[in-house]
Amino acid sequence: MLELYEGPLHVEEIISRWYGDVKDKNFGAFIPFIGIVRDEQGIDGLSFDIYEPILKSWFDGWQAKANQENAMLLMAHSKGDVPNHTSSYISAVLSPQRKVGLRLINDFVEDFKASAPIWKYDLIDGKRVYAKNRSMPLGGAGLLA
Amino acid sequence: MASVEFLGPIGKEPMEVDIQNLNELKAIFSDDKSLKEWLDICAIAVNDSLVDSLDIKIKPDDKISLLPPVCGG
Repeated sequence: MLELYEGPLHVEEIISRWYGDVKDKNFGAFIPFIGIVRDEQGIDGLSFDIYEPILKSWFDGWQAKANQENAMLLMAHSKGDVPNHTSSYISAVLSPQRKVGLRLINDFVEDFKASAPIWKYDLIDGKRVYAKNRSMPLGGAGLLA
Repeated sequence: MASVEFLGPIGKEPMEVDIQNLNELKAIFSDDKSLKEWLDICAIAVNDSLVDSLDIKIKPDDKISLLPPVCGG
């Protein structure tokens, strides 16, 4: 399940709802990862653009991979502005056993950073500044150069 | 005409192009100064699938997307 929201995530609502939805599905492990925007380098927050068609197909590919291990993935992400000390990203793995879940959440979040079509901007003095130095080129980058 | 969209921070309006393959798009973009800083680092998708060859045939209703480096979370 993939959920996108304008602005910061309502973490308590999302986590509580996910837990309520899955607690009777006989998964032994529910492993969430919650990203919190840090106050660093003078930013007021972060801002995000998302290209939803490719994000959805990327997520569906991972969901199929998780399902092969009898696991399931959940993810929520913000669009637009997200102030410091609020959250823009939650992902979670549900799995029968802890070890599979811990491996999956690590691999999923790593590939999310490298492959999900999401662009990050620092919010500085009310302006969006593309976080170019922290961004990673997608596979095949430079084809038209 | 195929459509071309420039995603994320590129900040360029979408355009339409009459091309048969991505080699022709590369030639069109080679004179575009607004794309100079982006072409080296952008991945290309055709109809929302990333591609890795300039020889891919482009049809008139295809959608081509330029995707700059990403950083979610």
